[in-house]
Amino acid sequence: MTVLLDPTSERSPTLRPRLARPERLDGLTIGLLDISKPRGDVFLDRLDEILTERQIAVRRYMKPTMTRPAPLALRQQIAAEVDVVIEGLAD
Amino acid sequence: MSGNATLPADGLIAVVKRDCPTCVLTAPVLAELAVRDTLAVFTQDDPTFPEIVADRIDDTALDASHRLRIEIVPTLIRMEAGREIARTYGWDRAEWERVARTDGIGAGLPASRPGCGARNVEPGILENLKVRFGETGITARRVELGRAEDEAEAMFERGWSDGLPLVAPTEERVLRMLQGTTRDPAEIIGLAPPDLAPATVEKIAINAVMAGCKPEYLPVVLATVEAVLDEPFAMHGVLATTMYVGPVLVVNGPVRQRIGMNALGNALGQGNRANATIGRAVQLVIRNVGGGRPREVDRATLGNPGKYTYCFAEDEEGSCWEPLSVERGLAPGVSAVTAFAGYGLQGVVDQKSRTPESLSRSFAECLKSIFNVKLAPACDAILVVCPEHERTFRDAGWSKRRLYEELYRLCEIPGEDLIAGAKGIAEGGPATLAGTTINKFRPGGLMVVRAGGGAGMFSGIIGGWAASGGRGSSPVTKEVRS
Repeated sequence: MTVLLDPTSERSPTLRPRLARPERLDGLTIGLLDISKPRGDVFLDRLDEILTERQIAVRRYMKPTMTRPAPLALRQQIAAEVDVVIEGLAD
Repeated sequence: MSGNATLPADGLIAVVKRDCPTCVLTAPVLAELAVRDTLAVFTQDDPTFPEIVADRIDDTALDASHRLRIEIVPTLIRMEAGREIARTYGWDRAEWERVARTDGIGAGLPASRPGCGARNVEPGILENLKVRFGETGITARRVELGRAEDEAEAMFERGWSDGLPLVAPTEERVLRMLQGTTRDPAEIIGLAPPDLAPATVEKIAINAVMAGCKPEYLPVVLATVEAVLDEPFAMHGVLATTMYVGPVLVVNGPVRQRIGMNALGNALGQGNRANATIGRAVQLVIRNVGGGRPREVDRATLGNPGKYTYCFAEDEEGSCWEPLSVERGLAPGVSAVTAFAGYGLQGVVDQKSRTPESLSRSFAECLKSIFNVKLAPACDAILVVCPEHERTFRDAGWSKRRLYEELYRLCEIPGEDLIAGAKGIAEGGPATLAGTTINKFRPGGLMVVRAGGGAGMFSGIIGGWAASGGRGSSPVTKEVRS
């Protein structure tokens, strides 16, 4: 019988289900995350205007660069401060 | 008697093989000792040897030899109450008499004669014994294949492959691979993205086996993994980007010749095992250890064929310029790998230029077309200068620094040419570029190396990632350590 050595990290990633989408945004705080891609700010500025008009609390965040995962501190800050996050992924 | 014979607790043990002239020479002495003492003779290769001794023990399976840690035959050992109390190897009358506690043996033999290497420590056999005795120290999970399972198919099915067949990572092969380095198999070389899983020397060795590496390539593979997992290389982003890039590896220093890398004809092409498998091993580490797979976290739109493997050596001997590794701060003569987030190869054909001024203009015009003539700065790039082009600079006495300076100067682009809509192309920058000058490259964003065959005025450009430099990926050079 052939026995091979496992080339992987031998981890089983834990799948965590996403939170259910809220029915309404009233009373929630929305985080707008700019990942530092060109023109992401154009998209997020407009959302900011629309949400603010509707008197929904908005907080803005920015990744230092789109080429690396968000720093842990930023991820923790977002998780602690907002209920919903919208990020601008593409150029 | 079979190979798993128990070792006698008392008396003398001799381990011999027929293929050893010293063992043949001392066979009559063993017959003498068999009369005077309790003697067990273990035979490594031919159970009928030595004929002159009546009770021979077949150790062709080498279990007893391994347990006794025999390195040279003949070896003579004295046991007492299950413990070894004396040992000698080769033939030395005085030593044999000490161990055998007797005098006057081997009359007519020379006073001494060196022995031969034992079978149980021969390459290939020792690994097999260590596996059989559970002594490899390898901690990776064992994956048992079913009897009817095809090895190659089984590895494809488990998702370990880059699309090409793999060498099965058996414990023997991985153990041999690990002998290519003095580093501890448990040492963590870095955290492999996207899962940020520890890339240990052992896991890297397993993937190097699958890629088809020889053990002597392992130090280069380790240095490469160290380079791509270094923070400035931004391996997560290089993997995740929709652009073309993957690790492109340039090897410098004496290790190139030691492992037979190709820096000459077809240096960037197929056909050289070291070039091919080192680049492949690094990609397999990202895939298997890091969990980075195409169409998952790897979001490449097209990718490029170099994502199977992209590794070559610089032709330092043929070059009038300092090697890339030296330019990047390492001492001459130090083996090193430079990892660059790059893709493909864009040809630079110029068969007419005979002056460095003309040829550098050709280079610059081709460099300015990377990505799109409308985009600047575009990305870092490696310019691979072929020998027949390098000759032109050598004859004119142009240093590498001079060439860099000229190329940067020639890659200055008038802002008007880069404005969206200019040249009838919508791609481009804002109208505010008018009146400015933009360079195609960031300072330090060009790397020049020499490689390739002696015939052909065909250099090449390896383009990079739009996110070159501090905000994305910077080239990383690491020394190749043993």
